[in-house]
Amino acid sequence: MKEYFDKLLIIFVREFNGYFRTPLASIFLLVFLALSSGMSFFMGQFFQRGQADLNSFFVWHPWLFLILMPAIGMRLWAEERNSGTIELLITLPVTNSQLVLGKFFASWIFTLIALLLTTPIWISVNYLGEPDNGVIFISYVGSWLMAGCFLSLTSCLSTLTKNQVIAFIVSTISCFIMVMAGFGLILSSVRSWAPIWLTESIGSLSFLSHFKRIQYGVLDFTTLIFFVSMIILCLWINMQLVHLKKAD
Amino acid sequence: MTLLNAQNLKKTFDNIVAVDDISLSLDVGEVVGFLGPNGAGKSTTMKMLTGFLEPDEGSVFVKKLSLHDSPLKAKSLMGYLPEGAPAYSDMTVSSFLNFIGLMRGLKDNLLVNRLQEMSDQINLDSVWDQPIETLSKGYKRRVGIAQALIHDPEILVLDEPTDGLDPNQKFEMRNLIKSISKKKGIIISTHILEEVEAVCSRTIIIANGKLLLNKKTNELLTTKNKKLDDVFREITNKKK
Repeated sequence: MKEYFDKLLIIFVREFNGYFRTPLASIFLLVFLALSSGMSFFMGQFFQRGQADLNSFFVWHPWLFLILMPAIGMRLWAEERNSGTIELLITLPVTNSQLVLGKFFASWIFTLIALLLTTPIWISVNYLGEPDNGVIFISYVGSWLMAGCFLSLTSCLSTLTKNQVIAFIVSTISCFIMVMAGFGLILSSVRSWAPIWLTESIGSLSFLSHFKRIQYGVLDFTTLIFFVSMIILCLWINMQLVHLKKAD
Repeated sequence: MTLLNAQNLKKTFDNIVAVDDISLSLDVGEVVGFLGPNGAGKSTTMKMLTGFLEPDEGSVFVKKLSLHDSPLKAKSLMGYLPEGAPAYSDMTVSSFLNFIGLMRGLKDNLLVNRLQEMSDQINLDSVWDQPIETLSKGYKRRVGIAQALIHDPEILVLDEPTDGLDPNQKFEMRNLIKSISKKKGIIISTHILEEVEAVCSRTIIIANGKLLLNKKTNELLTTKNKKLDDVFREITNKKK
Protein backbone atom coordinates (compact mmCIF):
# COMPACT_ATOMS: atom_id res chain seq x y z
CA MET A 1 0.00 0.00 0.00
CA LYS A 2 2.80 2.39 0.91
CA GLU A 3 4.54 1.50 -2.29
CA TYR A 4 1.38 2.35 -4.22
CA PHE A 5 1.33 5.88 -2.85
CA ASP A 6 5.10 6.27 -3.22
CA LYS A 7 4.83 5.75 -6.97
CA LEU A 8 1.74 7.94 -7.16
CA LEU A 9 3.67 10.68 -5.38
CA ILE A 10 6.63 10.41 -7.78
CA ILE A 11 4.27 10.80 -10.75
CA PHE A 12 2.53 13.67 -8.98
CA VAL A 13 5.77 15.54 -8.25
CA ARG A 14 7.07 15.20 -11.80
CA GLU A 15 3.79 16.38 -13.27
CA PHE A 16 3.39 19.22 -10.79
CA ASN A 17 6.92 20.51 -11.36
CA GLY A 18 6.22 20.24 -15.07
CA TYR A 19 3.89 23.23 -14.80
CA PHE A 20 6.73 25.35 -13.47
CA ARG A 21 9.40 24.18 -15.92
CA THR A 22 7.75 26.20 -18.66
CA PRO A 23 6.22 29.69 -18.44
CA LEU A 24 2.82 27.96 -18.49
CA ALA A 25 2.36 28.17 -14.72
CA SER A 26 3.12 31.86 -14.36
CA ILE A 27 1.06 32.80 -17.42
CA PHE A 28 -1.85 30.74 -16.16
CA LEU A 29 -1.74 32.16 -12.64
CA LEU A 30 -1.49 35.69 -14.01
CA VAL A 31 -4.42 35.22 -16.39
CA PHE A 32 -6.53 33.57 -13.71
CA LEU A 33 -5.90 36.30 -11.16
CA ALA A 34 -6.39 39.11 -13.67
CA LEU A 35 -9.60 37.67 -15.06
CA SER A 36 -11.14 36.61 -11.76
CA SER A 37 -10.51 39.94 -10.06
CA GLY A 38 -11.24 41.98 -13.19
CA MET A 39 -14.55 40.25 -13.59
CA SER A 40 -15.61 40.61 -9.98
CA PHE A 41 -14.64 44.29 -9.77
CA PHE A 42 -15.84 45.54 -13.13
CA MET A 43 -18.46 43.16 -14.42
CA GLY A 44 -19.61 41.93 -11.02
CA GLN A 45 -19.61 45.46 -9.58
CA PHE A 46 -17.92 44.43 -6.37
CA PHE A 47 -18.01 47.93 -4.87
CA GLN A 48 -21.26 49.22 -6.28
CA ARG A 49 -23.24 46.30 -4.85
CA GLY A 50 -22.40 47.54 -1.38
CA GLN A 51 -22.55 44.04 0.09
CA ALA A 52 -19.87 42.35 2.12
CA ASP A 53 -19.74 39.04 0.31
CA LEU A 54 -17.81 37.43 -2.53
CA ASN A 55 -20.76 36.55 -4.76
CA SER A 56 -19.53 38.83 -7.50
CA PHE A 57 -16.23 36.91 -7.36
CA PHE A 58 -17.49 33.33 -7.31
CA VAL A 59 -20.29 33.82 -9.82
CA TRP A 60 -17.72 33.95 -12.64
CA HIS A 61 -15.85 30.79 -11.67
CA PRO A 62 -17.83 28.30 -13.78
CA TRP A 63 -17.20 30.46 -16.85
CA LEU A 64 -13.55 31.03 -16.09
CA PHE A 65 -12.92 27.36 -15.40
CA LEU A 66 -14.63 26.48 -18.63
CA ILE A 67 -11.63 27.92 -20.49
CA LEU A 68 -8.86 27.68 -17.94
CA MET A 69 -9.23 24.09 -16.71
CA PRO A 70 -8.97 22.59 -20.21
CA ALA A 71 -5.88 24.77 -20.64
CA ILE A 72 -4.29 23.11 -17.59
CA GLY A 73 -5.48 19.61 -18.30
CA MET A 74 -5.02 19.34 -22.05
CA ARG A 75 -1.38 18.33 -21.80
CA LEU A 76 -1.85 15.57 -19.25
CA TRP A 77 -2.18 12.70 -21.73
CA ALA A 78 -2.10 14.30 -25.19
CA GLU A 79 1.51 15.31 -24.65
CA GLU A 80 2.55 11.84 -23.47
CA ARG A 81 1.02 10.31 -26.55
CA ASN A 82 2.47 12.89 -28.90
CA SER A 83 6.04 12.57 -27.63
CA GLY A 84 5.89 8.80 -27.21
CA THR A 85 6.78 9.01 -23.52
CA ILE A 86 3.61 7.07 -22.78
CA GLU A 87 5.59 4.02 -23.88
CA LEU A 88 8.14 4.74 -21.17
CA LEU A 89 5.45 5.22 -18.55
CA ILE A 90 3.50 2.06 -19.36
CA THR A 91 6.62 -0.13 -19.38
CA LEU A 92 7.66 1.11 -15.94
CA PRO A 93 6.46 -0.98 -13.01
CA VAL A 94 3.43 1.21 -12.37
CA THR A 95 -0.32 0.77 -12.74
CA ASN A 96 -2.66 2.90 -14.82
CA SER A 97 -4.49 4.06 -11.73
CA GLN A 98 -1.27 5.44 -10.23
CA LEU A 99 -0.55 7.30 -13.45
CA VAL A 100 -4.05 8.73 -13.84
CA LEU A 101 -4.38 9.74 -10.19
CA GLY A 102 -0.89 11.21 -9.96
CA LYS A 103 -1.45 13.37 -13.01
CA PHE A 104 -4.93 14.43 -11.97
CA PHE A 105 -3.86 15.47 -8.48
CA ALA A 106 -0.96 17.47 -9.90
CA SER A 107 -3.35 19.57 -11.95
CA TRP A 108 -5.88 19.78 -9.14
CA ILE A 109 -3.36 20.96 -6.55
CA PHE A 110 -2.05 23.46 -9.06
CA THR A 111 -5.59 24.84 -9.29
CA LEU A 112 -5.73 25.01 -5.51
CA ILE A 113 -2.67 27.25 -5.57
CA ALA A 114 -4.37 29.50 -8.11
CA LEU A 115 -7.43 29.72 -5.84
CA LEU A 116 -5.32 30.40 -2.74
CA LEU A 117 -3.62 33.28 -4.53
CA THR A 118 -6.99 35.05 -4.69
CA THR A 119 -7.08 35.51 -0.91
CA PRO A 120 -6.37 39.29 -1.20
CA ILE A 121 -9.95 39.71 -2.38
CA TRP A 122 -11.12 37.85 0.71
CA ILE A 123 -8.94 40.07 2.89
CA SER A 124 -10.39 43.15 1.14
CA VAL A 125 -13.95 42.15 1.79
CA ASN A 126 -13.14 41.50 5.44
CA TYR A 127 -11.51 44.91 5.65
CA LEU A 128 -14.52 46.62 4.09
CA GLY A 129 -17.27 44.90 5.99
CA GLU A 130 -18.27 41.82 7.94
CA PRO A 131 -18.89 39.02 5.47
CA ASP A 132 -20.01 35.52 6.41
CA ASN A 133 -16.66 33.76 6.24
CA GLY A 134 -18.32 30.36 6.50
CA VAL A 135 -20.12 30.96 3.22
CA ILE A 136 -16.89 32.17 1.63
CA PHE A 137 -15.01 29.07 2.81
CA ILE A 138 -17.72 26.77 1.44
CA SER A 139 -17.66 28.68 -1.84
CA TYR A 140 -13.92 28.15 -2.11
CA VAL A 141 -14.30 24.41 -1.43
CA GLY A 142 -17.13 24.20 -3.96
CA SER A 143 -15.15 26.11 -6.53
CA TRP A 144 -12.21 23.75 -6.10
CA LEU A 145 -14.46 20.69 -6.37
CA MET A 146 -16.01 22.06 -9.55
CA ALA A 147 -12.52 22.70 -10.94
CA GLY A 148 -11.75 19.05 -10.16
CA CYS A 149 -14.73 17.97 -12.26
CA PHE A 150 -13.56 20.06 -15.19
CA LEU A 151 -10.02 18.73 -14.81
CA SER A 152 -11.00 15.08 -14.60
CA LEU A 153 -13.17 15.49 -17.69
CA THR A 154 -10.33 17.20 -19.54
CA SER A 155 -7.80 14.60 -18.44
CA CYS A 156 -10.12 11.87 -19.66
CA LEU A 157 -10.64 13.53 -23.05
CA SER A 158 -6.95 14.31 -23.52
CA THR A 159 -6.29 10.56 -23.74
CA LEU A 160 -8.20 10.49 -27.01
CA THR A 161 -5.86 12.65 -29.05
CA LYS A 162 -2.19 13.42 -29.60
CA ASN A 163 -2.98 17.03 -30.29
CA GLN A 164 -3.23 19.38 -27.32
CA VAL A 165 -5.26 21.95 -29.25
CA ILE A 166 -7.89 19.35 -30.13
CA ALA A 167 -7.88 18.17 -26.51
CA PHE A 168 -8.45 21.75 -25.41
CA ILE A 169 -11.33 22.44 -27.78
CA VAL A 170 -13.14 19.15 -27.18
CA SER A 171 -12.76 19.58 -23.42
CA THR A 172 -14.04 23.14 -23.48
CA ILE A 173 -17.11 22.11 -25.44
CA SER A 174 -17.76 19.18 -23.09
CA CYS A 175 -17.32 21.39 -20.05
CA PHE A 176 -19.68 23.93 -21.59
CA ILE A 177 -22.33 21.25 -22.01
CA MET A 178 -21.85 20.19 -18.39
CA VAL A 179 -22.24 23.76 -17.18
CA MET A 180 -25.27 24.46 -19.34
CA ALA A 181 -27.02 21.12 -18.80
CA GLY A 182 -29.70 22.73 -16.63
CA PHE A 183 -30.52 25.48 -19.08
CA GLY A 184 -33.18 25.68 -21.77
CA LEU A 185 -30.55 25.63 -24.49
CA ILE A 186 -29.59 22.05 -23.73
CA LEU A 187 -32.79 20.84 -22.12
CA SER A 188 -35.12 21.92 -24.92
CA SER A 189 -33.13 19.90 -27.43
CA VAL A 190 -33.60 16.83 -25.24
CA ARG A 191 -37.15 17.44 -24.03
CA SER A 192 -38.73 17.05 -27.45
CA TRP A 193 -37.85 13.36 -27.73
CA ALA A 194 -36.75 12.11 -24.33
CA PRO A 195 -38.97 10.95 -21.45
CA ILE A 196 -39.32 13.29 -18.50
CA TRP A 197 -37.05 11.32 -16.18
CA LEU A 198 -34.19 11.61 -18.68
CA THR A 199 -34.70 15.34 -19.14
CA GLU A 200 -34.81 15.76 -15.39
CA SER A 201 -31.64 13.77 -14.82
CA ILE A 202 -29.76 15.65 -17.51
CA GLY A 203 -30.92 18.88 -15.92
CA SER A 204 -29.62 17.73 -12.56
CA LEU A 205 -26.16 17.20 -14.04
CA SER A 206 -25.69 20.94 -14.44
CA PHE A 207 -22.57 22.22 -12.71
CA LEU A 208 -24.11 25.64 -12.57
CA SER A 209 -27.16 24.75 -10.51
CA HIS A 210 -25.01 22.76 -8.08
CA PHE A 211 -22.50 25.55 -7.82
CA LYS A 212 -25.21 28.17 -7.24
CA ARG A 213 -26.35 26.35 -4.13
CA ILE A 214 -22.78 26.27 -2.86
CA GLN A 215 -22.44 29.97 -3.49
CA TYR A 216 -25.21 30.63 -1.03
CA GLY A 217 -23.33 28.61 1.53
CA VAL A 218 -25.26 25.38 1.11
CA LEU A 219 -22.89 22.49 0.63
CA ASP A 220 -25.35 19.66 1.07
CA PHE A 221 -24.70 16.00 0.74
CA THR A 222 -26.14 15.58 -2.77
CA THR A 223 -23.96 18.35 -4.19
CA LEU A 224 -20.86 16.94 -2.54
CA ILE A 225 -21.68 13.45 -3.79
CA PHE A 226 -22.39 14.86 -7.22
CA PHE A 227 -19.01 16.54 -7.64
CA VAL A 228 -17.00 13.72 -6.07
CA SER A 229 -18.73 11.01 -8.08
CA MET A 230 -18.29 13.01 -11.28
CA ILE A 231 -14.55 13.14 -10.61
CA ILE A 232 -14.35 9.44 -9.79
CA LEU A 233 -16.36 8.48 -12.86
CA CYS A 234 -14.22 10.58 -15.22
CA LEU A 235 -11.00 9.22 -13.74
CA TRP A 236 -12.23 5.66 -13.98
CA ILE A 237 -13.07 6.16 -17.66
CA ASN A 238 -9.69 7.83 -18.01
CA MET A 239 -7.95 4.67 -16.75
CA GLN A 240 -9.82 2.51 -19.21
CA LEU A 241 -9.03 4.89 -22.06
CA VAL A 242 -5.32 4.87 -21.25
CA HIS A 243 -5.41 1.11 -21.54
CA LEU A 244 -7.35 1.16 -24.80
CA LYS A 245 -5.82 4.10 -26.60
CA LYS A 246 -2.17 4.04 -25.53
CA ALA A 247 -0.86 2.52 -28.75
CA ASP A 248 -3.02 4.22 -31.36
CA MET B 1 19.11 -19.69 -17.81
CA THR B 2 16.23 -18.41 -19.87
CA LEU B 3 15.45 -14.79 -19.06
CA LEU B 4 12.76 -14.06 -21.56
CA ASN B 5 10.50 -16.44 -23.35
CA ALA B 6 7.82 -15.47 -25.83
CA GLN B 7 5.44 -18.03 -27.27
CA ASN B 8 3.38 -17.70 -30.43
CA LEU B 9 2.94 -13.95 -30.26
CA LYS B 10 0.34 -12.54 -32.57
CA LYS B 11 -0.87 -8.98 -33.00
CA THR B 12 -3.36 -7.55 -35.45
CA PHE B 13 -4.13 -3.89 -36.09
CA ASP B 14 -7.34 -3.25 -38.01
CA ASN B 15 -7.14 -6.51 -39.95
CA ILE B 16 -3.45 -6.03 -40.72
CA VAL B 17 -1.38 -8.77 -39.14
CA ALA B 18 1.65 -6.98 -37.69
CA VAL B 19 3.14 -9.93 -35.86
CA ASP B 20 2.26 -13.47 -36.79
CA ASP B 21 3.15 -16.38 -34.56
CA ILE B 22 6.57 -15.31 -33.33
CA SER B 23 8.31 -17.32 -30.61
CA LEU B 24 11.70 -16.55 -29.20
CA SER B 25 13.76 -16.89 -26.08
CA LEU B 26 16.67 -15.06 -24.54
CA ASP B 27 19.37 -16.51 -22.30
CA VAL B 28 21.89 -14.93 -19.97
CA GLY B 29 24.93 -13.64 -21.83
CA GLU B 30 23.17 -13.51 -25.14
CA VAL B 31 22.83 -10.52 -27.42
CA VAL B 32 20.05 -11.19 -29.87
CA GLY B 33 19.93 -9.08 -33.00
CA PHE B 34 16.47 -8.43 -34.32
CA LEU B 35 16.68 -7.85 -38.03
CA GLY B 36 14.07 -7.07 -40.59
CA PRO B 37 12.96 -4.63 -43.25
CA ASN B 38 11.01 -1.56 -42.18
CA GLY B 39 7.50 -2.48 -41.11
CA ALA B 40 8.45 -6.08 -40.48
CA GLY B 41 7.01 -6.04 -36.97
CA LYS B 42 10.23 -5.56 -35.00
CA SER B 43 8.95 -2.69 -32.89
CA THR B 44 5.55 -4.28 -32.36
CA THR B 45 7.22 -7.46 -31.11
CA MET B 46 9.40 -5.46 -28.74
CA LYS B 47 6.37 -3.57 -27.46
CA MET B 48 4.75 -6.89 -26.63
CA LEU B 49 7.89 -8.24 -24.97
CA THR B 50 8.07 -5.22 -22.67
CA GLY B 51 4.38 -5.13 -21.81
CA PHE B 52 3.41 -1.95 -23.64
CA LEU B 53 1.09 -3.89 -25.93
CA GLU B 54 -0.88 -6.97 -25.03
CA PRO B 55 -0.57 -9.71 -27.65
CA ASP B 56 -3.82 -10.91 -29.24
CA GLU B 57 -2.55 -14.44 -28.87
CA GLY B 58 0.45 -16.00 -27.18
CA SER B 59 2.26 -15.15 -23.99
CA VAL B 60 5.46 -13.66 -22.64
CA PHE B 61 7.34 -15.06 -19.65
CA VAL B 62 10.02 -13.12 -17.82
CA LYS B 63 12.07 -15.56 -15.74
CA LYS B 64 9.01 -17.82 -15.35
CA LEU B 65 6.83 -14.85 -14.40
CA SER B 66 3.94 -14.30 -16.74
CA LEU B 67 3.95 -10.74 -18.04
CA HIS B 68 0.18 -10.90 -18.23
CA ASP B 69 -0.42 -12.16 -14.69
CA SER B 70 2.24 -10.26 -12.76
CA PRO B 71 3.06 -7.26 -14.94
CA LEU B 72 4.67 -5.11 -12.26
CA LYS B 73 7.22 -7.70 -11.17
CA ALA B 74 7.97 -8.71 -14.74
CA LYS B 75 8.38 -5.12 -15.91
CA SER B 76 10.75 -4.32 -13.06
CA LEU B 77 13.21 -6.92 -14.41
CA MET B 78 13.41 -5.24 -17.79
CA GLY B 79 14.95 -2.10 -19.20
CA TYR B 80 13.48 -0.75 -22.40
CA LEU B 81 14.56 1.80 -24.95
CA PRO B 82 11.50 2.54 -27.10
CA GLU B 83 11.83 3.44 -30.76
CA GLY B 84 13.04 7.01 -31.18
CA ALA B 85 14.21 7.22 -27.54
CA PRO B 86 11.31 9.30 -26.21
CA ALA B 87 11.98 11.42 -23.13
CA TYR B 88 10.41 14.40 -21.39
CA SER B 89 12.02 17.14 -23.42
CA ASP B 90 11.48 19.91 -20.89
CA MET B 91 13.31 18.04 -18.11
CA THR B 92 17.06 18.13 -17.59
CA VAL B 93 19.03 14.92 -18.06
CA SER B 94 19.62 14.59 -14.33
CA SER B 95 16.02 15.18 -13.29
CA PHE B 96 14.74 12.83 -15.98
CA LEU B 97 17.06 10.00 -14.94
CA ASN B 98 16.28 10.75 -11.33
CA PHE B 99 12.56 10.38 -12.07
CA ILE B 100 13.03 7.06 -13.88
CA GLY B 101 15.31 5.83 -11.09
CA LEU B 102 12.69 6.64 -8.46
CA MET B 103 10.00 4.92 -10.51
CA ARG B 104 12.28 1.90 -10.74
CA GLY B 105 12.37 1.80 -6.96
CA LEU B 106 15.92 3.13 -6.45
CA LYS B 107 16.39 5.29 -3.39
CA ASP B 108 18.86 7.49 -1.54
CA ASN B 109 22.50 6.41 -1.87
CA LEU B 110 21.79 3.67 -4.34
CA LEU B 111 20.08 6.13 -6.65
CA VAL B 112 22.87 8.69 -6.33
CA ASN B 113 25.46 6.02 -7.11
CA ARG B 114 23.58 4.71 -10.11
CA LEU B 115 23.12 8.23 -11.48
CA GLN B 116 26.85 8.81 -11.12
CA GLU B 117 27.63 5.52 -12.84
CA MET B 118 25.29 6.35 -15.72
CA SER B 119 26.89 9.76 -16.09
CA ASP B 120 30.37 8.17 -16.29
CA GLN B 121 29.56 5.02 -18.21
CA ILE B 122 27.47 6.67 -20.91
CA ASN B 123 29.35 9.98 -20.99
CA LEU B 124 26.49 12.22 -20.03
CA ASP B 125 28.60 14.38 -17.78
CA SER B 126 28.83 17.36 -20.11
CA VAL B 127 25.05 17.63 -20.63
CA TRP B 128 24.00 16.56 -17.14
CA ASP B 129 22.08 19.73 -16.30
CA GLN B 130 20.81 20.59 -19.76
CA PRO B 131 17.17 20.26 -20.81
CA ILE B 132 16.78 17.20 -23.03
CA GLU B 133 15.21 19.25 -25.84
CA THR B 134 18.51 21.10 -26.33
CA LEU B 135 20.52 17.90 -26.86
CA SER B 136 21.75 16.47 -30.15
CA LYS B 137 20.25 13.26 -31.46
CA GLY B 138 23.22 11.23 -30.26
CA TYR B 139 22.94 12.52 -26.71
CA LYS B 140 19.18 11.98 -26.67
CA ARG B 141 19.79 8.38 -27.64
CA ARG B 142 22.31 8.02 -24.85
CA VAL B 143 19.84 9.45 -22.34
CA GLY B 144 17.42 6.78 -23.55
CA ILE B 145 20.03 4.08 -22.95
CA ALA B 146 20.83 5.45 -19.51
CA GLN B 147 17.15 5.43 -18.67
CA ALA B 148 16.91 1.76 -19.66
CA LEU B 149 20.04 0.81 -17.69
CA ILE B 150 19.49 2.82 -14.54
CA HIS B 151 18.17 -0.03 -12.43
CA ASP B 152 20.74 -2.49 -13.81
CA PRO B 153 18.10 -4.82 -15.26
CA GLU B 154 18.77 -8.41 -16.21
CA ILE B 155 16.93 -8.00 -19.48
CA LEU B 156 17.47 -5.15 -21.89
CA VAL B 157 15.26 -4.48 -24.87
CA LEU B 158 16.71 -1.79 -27.12
CA ASP B 159 14.81 -0.62 -30.17
CA GLU B 160 17.36 0.80 -32.63
CA PRO B 161 19.92 1.91 -30.05
CA THR B 162 22.41 3.26 -32.59
CA ASP B 163 19.97 5.03 -34.89
CA GLY B 164 21.14 8.59 -35.51
CA LEU B 165 24.55 8.17 -33.92
CA ASP B 166 27.77 9.08 -35.71
CA PRO B 167 30.35 6.32 -36.39
CA ASN B 168 32.31 7.05 -33.21
CA GLN B 169 29.20 6.98 -31.09
CA LYS B 170 28.07 3.76 -32.74
CA PHE B 171 31.41 2.22 -31.90
CA GLU B 172 31.09 3.34 -28.28
CA MET B 173 27.55 2.08 -28.06
CA ARG B 174 28.53 -1.35 -29.35
CA ASN B 175 31.36 -1.53 -26.86
CA LEU B 176 28.97 -0.59 -24.10
CA ILE B 177 26.53 -3.30 -25.15
CA LYS B 178 29.32 -5.88 -25.32
CA SER B 179 30.70 -4.87 -21.94
CA ILE B 180 27.38 -5.23 -20.11
CA SER B 181 26.20 -8.31 -21.98
CA LYS B 182 27.94 -10.97 -19.88
CA LYS B 183 25.45 -10.97 -17.03
CA LYS B 184 22.42 -9.88 -18.99
CA GLY B 185 20.24 -10.86 -21.87
CA ILE B 186 19.94 -8.17 -24.50
CA ILE B 187 17.69 -7.83 -27.50
CA ILE B 188 18.48 -5.10 -29.99
CA SER B 189 16.62 -4.27 -33.13
CA THR B 190 18.47 -2.72 -36.00
CA HIS B 191 18.68 -2.62 -39.73
CA ILE B 192 22.41 -2.14 -39.75
CA LEU B 193 23.83 -5.53 -40.62
CA GLU B 194 27.42 -4.85 -39.60
CA GLU B 195 26.10 -4.14 -36.13
CA VAL B 196 24.68 -7.62 -35.89
CA GLU B 197 27.98 -9.11 -36.96
CA ALA B 198 29.80 -6.94 -34.45
CA VAL B 199 27.78 -7.49 -31.29
CA CYS B 200 25.06 -10.10 -31.65
CA SER B 201 25.57 -13.70 -30.66
CA ARG B 202 22.30 -14.71 -32.25
CA THR B 203 20.37 -13.34 -35.21
CA ILE B 204 16.65 -13.32 -35.69
CA ILE B 205 15.27 -12.19 -39.02
CA ILE B 206 11.61 -11.30 -39.38
CA ALA B 207 9.66 -9.95 -42.32
CA ASN B 208 5.94 -9.28 -42.71
CA GLY B 209 5.41 -10.26 -39.11
CA LYS B 210 6.81 -13.77 -39.55
CA LEU B 211 9.94 -15.22 -38.05
CA LEU B 212 12.16 -16.37 -40.92
CA LEU B 213 15.41 -17.24 -39.23
CA ASN B 214 16.74 -17.76 -35.71
CA LYS B 215 20.40 -18.83 -35.61
CA LYS B 216 23.73 -18.22 -33.95
CA THR B 217 25.41 -15.42 -35.86
CA ASN B 218 28.72 -17.27 -36.35
CA GLU B 219 26.97 -20.41 -37.66
CA LEU B 220 25.01 -18.28 -40.03
CA LEU B 221 28.13 -16.73 -41.45
CA THR B 222 30.21 -19.91 -41.72
CA THR B 223 27.62 -22.31 -43.07
CA LYS B 224 26.51 -20.04 -45.81
CA ASN B 225 30.00 -18.70 -46.28
CA LYS B 226 28.51 -15.44 -47.27
CA LYS B 227 28.26 -11.95 -45.96
CA LEU B 228 25.34 -11.26 -43.69
CA ASP B 229 23.68 -8.81 -46.07
CA ASP B 230 23.53 -11.51 -48.74
CA VAL B 231 21.85 -13.83 -46.28
CA PHE B 232 19.46 -11.08 -45.24
CA ARG B 233 18.48 -10.23 -48.80
CA GLU B 234 18.07 -13.85 -49.75
CA ILE B 235 15.80 -14.66 -46.82
CA THR B 236 13.64 -11.55 -46.84
CA ASN B 237 13.12 -11.53 -50.60
CA LYS B 238 12.45 -15.23 -50.96
CA LYS B 239 9.20 -15.11 -49.03
CA LYS B 240 7.56 -12.30 -50.93
